[in-house]
Amino acid sequence: MAKLIFLILTLIPILCTSFSPDKPSDRRILVLVDDFAVKSSHSLYFKSLQSRGFDLDFKLADDPKIALQRYGQYLYDGLVLFSPTIERFGGSIDAAAILDFVDSGHDLIVAADNNASDLIREIATECGVDFDEDYTAMVVDHAGYAVSSTEGDHTLIASDDFIKSDVILGSKKIEAPVLFQGIGHSLNPSNRLVLKVLSASPTAFSANPKSKLTSPPSLLGSSISLVSVIQARNNARILISGSLSMFSNRFFNSGVQKAGSPTKHDKSGNEQFLTELSKWVLHERGHLKAVNVKHHKVGETDEPSIYRINDDLEYSVEIYEWSGTTWEPYVADDVQVQFYMMSPYVLKNLANDKKGHYFTSFKVPDVYGVFQFKVEYNRLGYTSLSLAKQIPVRPFRHNEYERFIPAAYPYYGAAFSMMAGFFVFSAVHLYNK
Amino acid sequence: MAVTTATPTSPPPPPSMAQDLLNSLPKTLKLKTKQQELLLRVTTLGLIYILAFITRLFSVLRYESMIHEFDPYFNYRTTVYLTEHGFSEFWNWFDSDSWYPLGRIIGGTLYPGLMLTAAALYKILHFLRFAVHIREVCVLTAPFFASNTAIVAYFFGKEVWDSGAGIVAAALIAICPGYISRSVAGSYDNEGVAIFALLLTFYLFVKAVNTGSLSWSLASAFGYFYMVSAWGGYVFIINLVPLYVLVLLVTGRYSLRLYVAYNCMYVLGMLLAMQIRFVGFQHVQSGEHMASMGVFFLLQVFFFLDWVKHLLGDVKLFQAFLRITVTGAISVGAIALGVGTASGYISPWTGRFYSLLDPTYAKDHIPIIASVSEHQPTAWSSFMFDFHILLFLFPAGLYFCFKRLSDATIFIVMYGLTSMYFAGVMVRLILVATPAVCLISAIAVSATVKNLTRVVRAKSQTLQSGSGKGTSASKGSSKGVIDNSQPFQKNGAIVLLLGAFYLLSRYAIHCTWVTAEAYSSPSIVLAARGAHGQRVMFDDYREAYFWLRQNTPPDAKVMSWWDYGYQITAMGNRTVIVDNNTWNNTHIATVGRAMSSYEDEAYDIMRSLDVDYVLVVFGGVTGYSSDDINKFLWMVRIGGGVFPVIKEPDYLVNGEYRVDKGAAPKMLNCLMYKLCYYRFGELTTEYGKPTGYDRARGVEIGNKDIKLEYLEEALTTQNWIVRIYKVKPPKNRS
Repeated sequence: MAKLIFLILTLIPILCTSFSPDKPSDRRILVLVDDFAVKSSHSLYFKSLQSRGFDLDFKLADDPKIALQRYGQYLYDGLVLFSPTIERFGGSIDAAAILDFVDSGHDLIVAADNNASDLIREIATECGVDFDEDYTAMVVDHAGYAVSSTEGDHTLIASDDFIKSDVILGSKKIEAPVLFQGIGHSLNPSNRLVLKVLSASPTAFSANPKSKLTSPPSLLGSSISLVSVIQARNNARILISGSLSMFSNRFFNSGVQKAGSPTKHDKSGNEQFLTELSKWVLHERGHLKAVNVKHHKVGETDEPSIYRINDDLEYSVEIYEWSGTTWEPYVADDVQVQFYMMSPYVLKNLANDKKGHYFTSFKVPDVYGVFQFKVEYNRLGYTSLSLAKQIPVRPFRHNEYERFIPAAYPYYGAAFSMMAGFFVFSAVHLYNK
Repeated sequence: MAVTTATPTSPPPPPSMAQDLLNSLPKTLKLKTKQQELLLRVTTLGLIYILAFITRLFSVLRYESMIHEFDPYFNYRTTVYLTEHGFSEFWNWFDSDSWYPLGRIIGGTLYPGLMLTAAALYKILHFLRFAVHIREVCVLTAPFFASNTAIVAYFFGKEVWDSGAGIVAAALIAICPGYISRSVAGSYDNEGVAIFALLLTFYLFVKAVNTGSLSWSLASAFGYFYMVSAWGGYVFIINLVPLYVLVLLVTGRYSLRLYVAYNCMYVLGMLLAMQIRFVGFQHVQSGEHMASMGVFFLLQVFFFLDWVKHLLGDVKLFQAFLRITVTGAISVGAIALGVGTASGYISPWTGRFYSLLDPTYAKDHIPIIASVSEHQPTAWSSFMFDFHILLFLFPAGLYFCFKRLSDATIFIVMYGLTSMYFAGVMVRLILVATPAVCLISAIAVSATVKNLTRVVRAKSQTLQSGSGKGTSASKGSSKGVIDNSQPFQKNGAIVLLLGAFYLLSRYAIHCTWVTAEAYSSPSIVLAARGAHGQRVMFDDYREAYFWLRQNTPPDAKVMSWWDYGYQITAMGNRTVIVDNNTWNNTHIATVGRAMSSYEDEAYDIMRSLDVDYVLVVFGGVTGYSSDDINKFLWMVRIGGGVFPVIKEPDYLVNGEYRVDKGAAPKMLNCLMYKLCYYRFGELTTEYGKPTGYDRARGVEIGNKDIKLEYLEEALTTQNWIVRIYKVKPPKNRS
């Protein structure tokens, strides 16, 4: 009967190949830059990463020696592309290699700019983000620009339209608007994984600021995304920003005042926004794991290879969240388990003991077939948990039905009275001549 | 033909004919005539027994000892399960490897007779210390039972006519192609034992009617039980026997013997049949079985009337009573039937049953039945092919039966006529008709030969010179009394005898040839003639199934058209979505819909069914014509029958089914087309033809540039007959 045990754990194998199951945060990160000046001009951002324990490896993007993997093993856990103008990477890296890097469960931070190359655009497109096709276009906002000493062309915008998710942006509210200067992008509507983290205001548009607007801009208003993230199905996380300069020390340190707003902030929201976002992208937050999926009949402890209809069973799973250093119990009241065969026959909320242990019990429906215990937990910002465990459910065996049922007593009576009558009749007929 | 026209009015053969024959033997054997006859008969039967077995071994010699076709693989798998896990587990077996995710209660949805028989043989052999593999037992079960059928045919022929007819019947049925087609070694199917059970039941029932003996009737009830446990064709018995009884009643042949035989057989047979889980209460509730119940009640009424008549002794009074009783009985029966049907207690006839009575029914209403090749109406040629001279002997035998009408001959005539009708409706039912045809033909052969030999022997004994009257031999022998005065009678009889033996030897040659060439192919290994006349074997199926077994995860789900379901579970050991047990039309239609949809739509369906691999059978490289492209229209029809989004005209061009450039756009882009012809456009299949030339259909395919988005090729076998594709997981980043 062992072959009847089918286990589908779609998540666990992926976790094993991508993140260390013990410590999912990335450790080694490759940073590709156009020139090493970026290393100093964006040092605040890099420092915040290094201070959190990341090991940054700076390389020129066209360095012929760079490689993501050697002997089939990836050398890095994450990749930062601060090289918006690169047309061709050095070494063995190309767009496909980077996408493979992501598809094997590693994280990616891409910063484009108003001179973004086709290569960067291609990578973005593959991740569900389409930069404005007009190469000269930038995001312009005549109402939501950042007030500065010179009038400028309103391409430096102050945006405060964040995604509403504490998981992605941290629980501390970002007070100051974020300075942004770069190109906008739209999200591919067919891609359901990509999220707008920072969107432009309704008055923004994407066009060449230096020339007159002759035709309506292709990207308009709040459909323009400035910074987007994608959590792939294998839980690799990608950050795509249309601006490299927003990561710079200059933007981190400058004050900001949004046009039309009376408050002037001494410090822009960039540092807080991007630091918190990098924590999410590099799996320091919002990373869940589910372990110890168990099910058994009530009153037993061993997992059976098959259930019978109307059995009472117990199901339990443990869910933990990575806090950046340790696994903490994950506490939520909306985790559900389905007992599923083409459609859910049972759908139950799991109770939890605040220690990460989720459990429930229910009766197997009166239907036989090959069922699955399914936990599909998709919450904004969290890694999606998708657990499926297959288990067949059989009907009663021939000897598991009730032996005597009250409704049949007339028939029992009929049968036995017939037998008795036949006996008497035979006796009378044979011996009573 | 000369044989049959020559014989009609010859006198009934004297019972001691075999003795006469033996008298001419040299008297060196110091045995009494009776003993000699017995020895000869037993020897002949023994030889027939061996012949019936070994003629079915062609398939083993030509190929190997293997299970054939589709259904036998299921039977084999269940038999293995039975021998490994025991009867109780088998009886309660819930199989989660087929019909994913619904599963199938195998124990309750099969006829276990075949498996139990094979397992019993296996156990007996092992008890006798023959360490055979279960596969060998399964392979040889059908030939073994064919031999037994021949013996039953002998006794049946003896019961109906005489022992000569019995021996001829045994010989005819031993090699008749209509029976061999389903009972060669390796054809491990229900019919293999069911024909034996069918004939045994009929024989025992006729014996019971002839003798009026309770024990024979009981034996026939057990024969019926074995038949019910072995094959769904038992419905034929439970309808033919009541019909026979009814005919006897109508023709005034009612007797107490019949009353005893039928009542005992029906009541006990019914109780026994209900023990088979697959039949259960159907036996008293479904429309197919109602005729037998009606006749049962009718017999009681008859008996009652007889008794009343006996008591009354007054004809007029009895007439009145008869009228009241008959009207009452008929109206009560009609009301019971009507109420039962209306309340749903009596289930209506099933589609299969309807399609038997009305050959066009399935075509219009149940595509899944109409799609099966063995359910097609029979072509004339296959009658010739399967019966050969029996086709001509059959009417002659009917004639003899009518000449010597008895309860037994009426039965065999009815069996012959009804089964011939069913054989015309469905090609597989030739099998059911074969024993009847053999028996009736045997009567014709036996009676004719007997008459002719009498003429020959009469001459040789009396040595009278005849008059100068030059009548033809056929005319001569047709005289009611042997006219010794005719000079050419002996010669004519000899000529006719020789002619009969010539025809019978042609029959033997034909049967051997058919068995060797046509009916011994396992269909899982294909044989063809190479360019130089050598035999080429295509073993692609087993290659593919073995690949599945070795290279896919144990819980992988394989989607294919239902034809291959049994083989995938038995040989590939993987879960299938649908299989040859076509119990759930919707599920099959879902697969049909996936196969006939565009790739992206099909992907959603496959994801919802957790499909990991898709298997298609493709004959374009080898010219193998029963592949999935040729079956595809049935997938469209069956899929469209449940999901109206699939419309058959979308796949046709002007009502024509084609795969070349002129094919319908939907056809060229549906999943089945893509999977069959993926990368086929690069291949040159035949010298002098363009690339992508489909040899099975003889056209250049219309879509050579096929890109797959959601599936990837996992395996294409050596001759491209089986192609397996892996369903990709959803894209990581979208």
